[in-house]
Amino acid sequence: MSTLDKEKSLAALRQMMVIRDFEETADKLCLRGKVPGGMHNSSGQEAAAVGVMSALAPDDVIATTHRSHHHTLAKGFTPKSVMAELFAKSTGVSGGRGGSMHLAGVERGHFGGNGIVGAGVGIAMGAALGIQVLKDKKVSVGFVGDGGMNTGRTWEAINMAVIYKLPFIIICDNNQYAVETFVGRVTGGGDLAKRASGFGLPSFNINGQDVEEVYKYTAEARERALAGEGPTFINAVTYRYYGHNVGEKGQYRTQEEIAEWRTSKDPIDYFTGVVLERKFATQQEIDDMRASVRTEIDEAVAFAESSPEPAISTITQGVDSGKLGIQL
Amino acid sequence: MSTDTTVKANATPTYSEAFQSGVREEMTRNKGIFILGTDLQERGGHFAQVKGIAQEFGFDRVKDSPISEAAMVAAGMGSAMYGCHPIIDLNFIDFSLGAMDEIINQAAKIRFMFNKPVPLVIRATSGIALGGAHHCNSLESFFAHTAGLSLAVPSTPMDVKGLIKTALRNEDPVIFLMHKKLSGIRGEIKGDDYFVPFGKAATIKPGKDAVIISYGYSVVTANKAAQALEAEGISVEVIDLRTLYPLDTDAINAAVQKFGRVVVVDEAPLFGSITAEIAATATEANFGSLKGPIVRVGAARAPLSANPAMSEAAIPSVDSISAAVKKVMKY
Repeated sequence: MSTLDKEKSLAALRQMMVIRDFEETADKLCLRGKVPGGMHNSSGQEAAAVGVMSALAPDDVIATTHRSHHHTLAKGFTPKSVMAELFAKSTGVSGGRGGSMHLAGVERGHFGGNGIVGAGVGIAMGAALGIQVLKDKKVSVGFVGDGGMNTGRTWEAINMAVIYKLPFIIICDNNQYAVETFVGRVTGGGDLAKRASGFGLPSFNINGQDVEEVYKYTAEARERALAGEGPTFINAVTYRYYGHNVGEKGQYRTQEEIAEWRTSKDPIDYFTGVVLERKFATQQEIDDMRASVRTEIDEAVAFAESSPEPAISTITQGVDSGKLGIQL
Repeated sequence: MSTDTTVKANATPTYSEAFQSGVREEMTRNKGIFILGTDLQERGGHFAQVKGIAQEFGFDRVKDSPISEAAMVAAGMGSAMYGCHPIIDLNFIDFSLGAMDEIINQAAKIRFMFNKPVPLVIRATSGIALGGAHHCNSLESFFAHTAGLSLAVPSTPMDVKGLIKTALRNEDPVIFLMHKKLSGIRGEIKGDDYFVPFGKAATIKPGKDAVIISYGYSVVTANKAAQALEAEGISVEVIDLRTLYPLDTDAINAAVQKFGRVVVVDEAPLFGSITAEIAATATEANFGSLKGPIVRVGAARAPLSANPAMSEAAIPSVDSISAAVKKVMKY
């Protein structure tokens, strides 16, 4: 359980490349006004998303945050369907009604991104309760950012998961900045795993730039959850290369800091090295992989561009069943 | 486990027992229904609304919760999306304010955004009684204003049972408000196959001269006022809305057209209230039928005082409702 085999390693590397190319491409499109309402770029945070998803079964549940393109792609949604949702087109994962912050596919275990900090953790905890009530063998994963570590409801949800021993994993996708506020400035006690451990669950601070480390801790958490041992908290420390939202020109961190993470801690560069060292692929095969990803993202953009808008006539459709007034 | 959930002839259970009866029948039918709230397993809830259900169905299906309103509603929402049909018991509706994002920003919108119904019942005790400002909020207009939510406000045991059964067959979030001053009232209920549809008002008392439209405990007060007015020769019809969303606009329009003299009553502060919505929509649709303006009776724009006399003075009374009826009778 500690390392990824060849097949999973190559899949993980390609998935990280998909996320990076998707985000770099979407960022430029967003600046050109193609993404209504803007978006939150997850470049730099690929390993934390892909590592978690590599340890999950396809029908495990996730719920996530406003920054969730990487989670959604890693969960197995196609770049086409995610890009189309960023464009708010009818072919998007949420039919164009969600947009960048509200990517979802509930029937496939994606209980949604969320525009409200900390809300996804509660929804994922509720899904874990549903799994327990219906006696299924699955787990639910709630993603939260470092900003969401300081909203009360995150800890309400964690406490509830502990007392009910829910099959639940909390991943702090810790990119170290709550919008423009460094996590260390606003986090009492500083150590998030230590804080979580006070709630009585196994809690870990891990390197979120190493896809294998994220995979390993998630896989172990999943085993505990399936064995009825309750939830686990994982603080995956990572870094976002871009601003909180597209086009942001923040003065809250130095260019040197960003450059250091990009050049010495990049999750894709790092894991490419691992794959080459283990001879899971040649440099040529990696170059080919990157080229195929480029094509896939180009196709996603073309798909999103050419997709139809949702019909205006549907603006009040699907609010509720409309059946409450019918005699049963 | 008892399977005797049938209602005995002439049984007159309380409002709270009527809730138990409806929930028991639906829990027997649907294994995905569970109840989560504070002090439920042993005490049966602070108004005995689920008394005995944990012993009958097991502690897995009646869960005691920490006092964590946001997590409680989130637990309901996530499990509903997963395939359950939870009843989240918030005890007092005032406590929903600790879960307002979960209710209004999340549960209400998921179906629209994600094309996934959220079959969730949020039950709470509502209305004005003693207990002061933090246990006497009338939040109906918050919920009714929110697309995606439905709102039940029963005033009789019959309707409590019929509406909770409908709510538990519904796909969408329902706010189920049970007035604290009605908890102990008794009345007939019906059996397993009786449902009260949402959006269908009931005529509590027929009349000839004017109509009072109301819901919840105000129906009781309005009915007392109507009885008193009979002695003075004024025949007043009393309509109980039973649900605020969907709202029975057909019944409201018919009553306005029939009488042209209309009083609307509830316990919420008048500004921005449900009574304002009813008066506005009824006036827009039926201006030509009205003999004069619709008169609203509601609460003062102030938090409720703990002082009993102050609290009573702030909300509708038999006298204030009677005065409103006499006002519309002068048109």
